[in-house]
Amino acid sequence: MYPYYLTIVLAPLAAAIIAGLAGHKIGRAGAHWVTIVGVGISFVLSALVLKNLFWGGAETENISVYTWAVTDGLRMEVGFLVDRLTALMMCVVTFVSLMVHIYTIGYMADDPGYQRFFSYISLFTFSMLMLVMSNNFLQLFFGWEAVGLVSYLLIGFWFKRESAIFANLKAFLVNRVGDFGFILGISAVVMFSGSLDYATVFAGADQIAGQTIEVIPGTPWNAMTVACILLFIGAMGKSAQAPLHVWLPDSMEGPTPISALIHAATMVTAGIFMVARMSPLFELSETALAVVIVIGAITAFFMGLLGIVQNDIKRVVAYSTLSQLGYMTVALGASAYSAAIFHLMTHAFFKALLFLAAGSVIIAMHHEQDIRKMGGIRKYMPITYWTALVGSLALIGFPGFSGFFSKDLLIEAVRESHWHGQGAVYWIAYLSVLLGVFVTALYSFRMFFLVFHGEERMSAEEKSHLHETPAVVTVPLILLAIPSAIIGWFTAGPVLFGGYFGEAIYVDKAHDVLAHMGEAWHGSRALFVHAVMTPVFWLAVAGVATAWYLYLKRPDIPDTIQQKVSGLYNLLDRKYYFDDLYIKGFAAGGRWFGKFLWQKGDELVIDGMMVNGTARSVGRLAGVLRHIQTGYLYTYAFAMIIGLTVLLGWLIWFR
Amino acid sequence: MLFHSILFYVFAAVMFGAALGVVFSRNPVHSVMYLVLTFFQAAVLWLMAEAEFLAIVLVLVYVGAVMVLFLFVVMMLEVDIEAAKRGVSRYAPLGVGIALIMVVELIQVILLRSQPGEATSGFAATPEGYSNTEALGAVLYTEHVYAFEIAAVILLLAIVAAITLTMRRRPGLKVQDIAAQVAVQAKDRVRVVKMDAEKKP
Amino acid sequence: MIGLQHYLVVSAMLFVLSIAGIILNRRNLILLLMCIELMLLAVNFNFIAFSRYLGDETGQVFVFFILTVAAAEAAIGLAILVVLFRNRRSIAVKELNTLKG
Repeated sequence: MYPYYLTIVLAPLAAAIIAGLAGHKIGRAGAHWVTIVGVGISFVLSALVLKNLFWGGAETENISVYTWAVTDGLRMEVGFLVDRLTALMMCVVTFVSLMVHIYTIGYMADDPGYQRFFSYISLFTFSMLMLVMSNNFLQLFFGWEAVGLVSYLLIGFWFKRESAIFANLKAFLVNRVGDFGFILGISAVVMFSGSLDYATVFAGADQIAGQTIEVIPGTPWNAMTVACILLFIGAMGKSAQAPLHVWLPDSMEGPTPISALIHAATMVTAGIFMVARMSPLFELSETALAVVIVIGAITAFFMGLLGIVQNDIKRVVAYSTLSQLGYMTVALGASAYSAAIFHLMTHAFFKALLFLAAGSVIIAMHHEQDIRKMGGIRKYMPITYWTALVGSLALIGFPGFSGFFSKDLLIEAVRESHWHGQGAVYWIAYLSVLLGVFVTALYSFRMFFLVFHGEERMSAEEKSHLHETPAVVTVPLILLAIPSAIIGWFTAGPVLFGGYFGEAIYVDKAHDVLAHMGEAWHGSRALFVHAVMTPVFWLAVAGVATAWYLYLKRPDIPDTIQQKVSGLYNLLDRKYYFDDLYIKGFAAGGRWFGKFLWQKGDELVIDGMMVNGTARSVGRLAGVLRHIQTGYLYTYAFAMIIGLTVLLGWLIWFR
Repeated sequence: MLFHSILFYVFAAVMFGAALGVVFSRNPVHSVMYLVLTFFQAAVLWLMAEAEFLAIVLVLVYVGAVMVLFLFVVMMLEVDIEAAKRGVSRYAPLGVGIALIMVVELIQVILLRSQPGEATSGFAATPEGYSNTEALGAVLYTEHVYAFEIAAVILLLAIVAAITLTMRRRPGLKVQDIAAQVAVQAKDRVRVVKMDAEKKP
Repeated sequence: MIGLQHYLVVSAMLFVLSIAGIILNRRNLILLLMCIELMLLAVNFNFIAFSRYLGDETGQVFVFFILTVAAAEAAIGLAILVVLFRNRRSIAVKELNTLKG
């Protein structure tokens, strides 16, 4: 299997380089063909790898391909660790990437930067594959940073737009904060285990857990807790958990295909993947897992609330992504890693579908994105309508769709995670994910009804141009709708309870909620049948009903509510004032500090006093001393005599 | 002995007064005159210290030649007495102060730091038949003959230097340059030209 | 009794006086040269006194040579003075300040 891995990783890279550097020569068609072929090869080979691992009985492979450097006993290598977790991620990444590549042909058809875009999304595929296939922390970090870089390039793709530049810088800087924690986490791991290689670190994990580290002198903390929390800070940055979530809504400035690819399916899931990969480490620290679950819960619930007041179609989906990432994080914190990865997979499909459907609507509406100006599009764009319905139903966890399986099982896993104790941590987590179901249904169907149903709020002129988007746009939608609908049926059991992940994910016996649930598992159909008895189902139905009532039956009510609880509305509208805090607090503070250092430190102290000041004082001193050179002979003689007198006096009186 | 002391003090006082006169006199010619007086007093004091030869040499050579030279130059330069007014400079008090301090220090060294009773007694008496000139000559031409010769060369040097510095050529003066005349060669004066013989028509 | 110290005191006072003369003199370059002669005289006094005190003729030989050199130096100094006067038409010390910083 060895050469396959290199091909999987290098094919998109080669395509990216060709499309990027020779874009003008090969033209638009050349650019999109070469990148689609590259990613297509990766997808086919990834599927092959998955088939071999799952059905062919192949072994997990841990190969070191290239030794980059060895310093002081620390080996820095490029290598691949291909186990079932990796294979699942590879398939998801390459499939969604391929869909987005095809979709882009239609979406970016009249954009001047066509070849550049294809180059970037191929480059992204390469980076993400390096990340998930890595077998050591250094390559993980390389992939981590590379996806961050490509995200920056893509968010600011329309670089002449002020808002796009603001957004991409914001994304990069907030990511950097997370990366800082990530680097510290990797350093902690290296410090205690002396190696960057996963296998070595996991094998020696017990020893790390036994040691303590004194970050603040005098207060020893468990080394594993510190390392895991630091690694999770990296995940918080990349997967947009609160409080490092502020960049994701702004990243909607980028074109819709990349919102689908990067900010729904793949890059933001890198953090989730990383925690799942590091499960041997996280399992040894209950404190770190408590931190993970609480942060995830806060993100899941509160970000969902924000989705209710958004009026930009892409922003609704963005907040939905934030909320669902929170769900995945909660599952990780409850030690239900398989459930988190399973939800990651289904979410990749239906969220990418929802983004691409939104993009389809945007194209049809000639880049109008405000849902208050849409309505009743169902008549004009049937394919988009039906695929968007599938996506929305999957999102809210309607029984039968993929999201139903992943979400329900996730919430049940959280409910079973009593090993966190019966205190605040458990209830925060459980209530957040439970009530989040109502909120999810409310905002997603609010969007759905406002866009596709109801009275048509577009102008007549726009209506005359409304028609279904071309096939290159709708075919990926259909291709994504299929797994969104059905994949849950036959993957839920094996993935979660059938030991699919095997040794890739390690769960401590005391925390193993999924094993506990597995005893009560009777198959997908049983779950489907019993769906109507769960509170989750009724909460979702209540959410849909509320959305129907508020936005279709009585559309005047939302305005009344808004006026009555204007304080709450403002809080949500201002996104809990996080942006204000960051922009006016940290960013402005940083700029103030920089300005202070520039004006006072650099100009005043260094330039003024040390550099120019010394020169000037030498000049001034010289100007004063110059008067000793009078040019008169007697002055010089006088000076000599004074010296002589002083010397004599010293010799006579003081010796 | 008392006479000896009185003489010493009188001549020393006069000398000191003359020295003051050199420094503070307005007329440069007066200054030179005062300097001559100073030297005379010094010569007498040296006589009293039984250094007769040098005392006479001081008068003959120093006063007779060098001071006369000074006088020549002062006269020649037509120094404008009106313009050479002495104003009290700002540094005068400071200069005088420093000078006084220096006097005090030197006297401290001489008087107070020497062994008591040793130097206040007078000079030892010279032996019978002591001739200063003879004694000086005995030393000068034997031990220090080398320095003597060099002193002679220095004097020659001084002559040459003084003449070189001050000699100037007057423009337009018709003078023969004997060296150039003697150094002439035939090719500077005669030029041989070859010509064809010409017949008169 | 007139002893070594008397001569030395005389010498010191002459020396200091000549220094004062050099410092306080602003008018006349010739005065400068004369003060130098005074200084040399003071030094000669010292030599004579010690030579007589120690009974060694070497001191007087030294005075001999100081006189010689002083004469040579006075001659050259005056020559320079004459040339300076030719160029500047003035021998006031306070006008010789072209090396002023």
